Amino acid sequence: MKNFKDDFDFFKHSDNVYLDSAATSQKPHSVIEAQSDFYKIHCANIHRGLHTLSNKATQMYEDARTLCAEFINAESSRNIVFTKGVTEGINLLAHSLSGYETVIISSLEHHSNIVPWQLLSKNIKVIDVDKQLNINYDSYEKLLIENPNSLVSITHISNVFGNENNVKKLTSLAHKYGCLVHIDGAQAGAHIKIDVQELDVDFYTLSAHKIYAPTGVGLLYGKFELLEQMRPYQGGGAMIKDVSFKASTYLDPPLKFEAGTQNISGVIGWAEAIRYLNSLDFGEVIEHEEKIYSYSLESLKKLDDIVVYTDAKNLKSALSFNINNLHHEDIGTLLDKQGVSVRTGHHCALPAMKMLGLDGTIRVSFGIYNDEEDISRFIRALKKSIDILRRHK
Amino acid sequence: MIADNLKEIVDELSIFDDALEKYEYIIEIGSQNFDFDESYKSDKYLVSGCSSSVWLYCTKVNDKLFFHSDSNAMIAKGLATIICKVYSGNSSKEILNSDVKLLEKINLSEIITPVRQNGVASMQRYILKFAKDYKDGS
Repeated sequence: MKNFKDDFDFFKHSDNVYLDSAATSQKPHSVIEAQSDFYKIHCANIHRGLHTLSNKATQMYEDARTLCAEFINAESSRNIVFTKGVTEGINLLAHSLSGYETVIISSLEHHSNIVPWQLLSKNIKVIDVDKQLNINYDSYEKLLIENPNSLVSITHISNVFGNENNVKKLTSLAHKYGCLVHIDGAQAGAHIKIDVQELDVDFYTLSAHKIYAPTGVGLLYGKFELLEQMRPYQGGGAMIKDVSFKASTYLDPPLKFEAGTQNISGVIGWAEAIRYLNSLDFGEVIEHEEKIYSYSLESLKKLDDIVVYTDAKNLKSALSFNINNLHHEDIGTLLDKQGVSVRTGHHCALPAMKMLGLDGTIRVSFGIYNDEEDISRFIRALKKSIDILRRHK
Repeated sequence: MIADNLKEIVDELSIFDDALEKYEYIIEIGSQNFDFDESYKSDKYLVSGCSSSVWLYCTKVNDKLFFHSDSNAMIAKGLATIICKVYSGNSSKEILNSDVKLLEKINLSEIITPVRQNGVASMQRYILKFAKDYKDGS
């Protein structure tokens, strides 16, 4: 079995048990090198200069767009708009897609799939979840019947609990009622082989930094005819066909959505992260991650006084728990002091927390580099943290 | 007096080389704090800016102010107890005249994380506000 840690510089400098990949992943050596090489060797702006350097940078940037399109099996690179990440992708969609005043979301959404709609005064309808925190399809279909021709915007995998939604089922039901579908893929990109054509989604957003790539880069996938209908999100250089003081015309998608100088080195770094993932046996990656996830869940469930919020069959990437009568923040701090990084708090999902009557959870989330030794060290540190806190309770 | 109180705490914490032991000591300090009237556990006394819930109120005995705190988290309770202990037993004038940067100067960042530093700074703001209110009102 490959030791994935060898590919990541971070683990050469630290023996930290990093269980916060849902917040951001560590980056492979090749990604860091590619980003650095851009600045050292190829630095130039894209889409404007006619000199050799600019042409080379443009080529690298557009090659990255093609790789991203292939990564999610989009129809073409024309369907890929580069953004800062999922948050900007959803804000872009909220701003630029007109004619959809009602947005149907689930009760487990991240703030980035709630607040952008509120800022534009959209009418938000919320789907209920069942006891295992999965979508309640009766509630979903009822909302579709009551709100046909709306936009459905749902996470692929819950960033708090790790539930993977059945996107194909959500999409086909939504289309039956004339709705468009956007899927927030922030937590899915690193853990699932995404095929936007197979899923038949209308829009899909990703954050590169959660998929072993640099921060500040992401994408919005859109069906091309929809991207064509949407108005630009921001105005400026690089997105116009012609400008006069009276009016301006815009380039075709995706460039009409990419005003100003983009995060060129970030995009080039992302391409390298995709090349890295493409070099791996994805089946092996999935098998490894499933093993680590099950080992973590089973080890946690053996502890006294633990509350794991779901043990549904469709869990991936992250899991949340609490220890009865102990505060998540105390546990998180004591784990940190033992070299274990987890996330504690509301995880940018306050409505989900309120629905469950919680003010926070302890979330562990995984990357390909996590191994059984990480989980054993985490469980030992967790037991010690609980002992310390119980001793003084 | 305030500076002395602070030095005493810093000296005690510096005994521990290990960060985990340092935190266990902070937890222990909090666990021995029973000086809180539960009727003050309301939004009015909730310190905003802390990631856990911290309640803080002030009493006055012969011109001296005494601060009382509680929290739903044990580390936050320990830190709040320390901050209250540092400022308690002083007059509002002494508190307002004390160096507000004292907490920064003791290299608090080596003991606690930035998120917690914000919480500690919030507790300090509440204490200074209590001191100002008592000075203005009495």
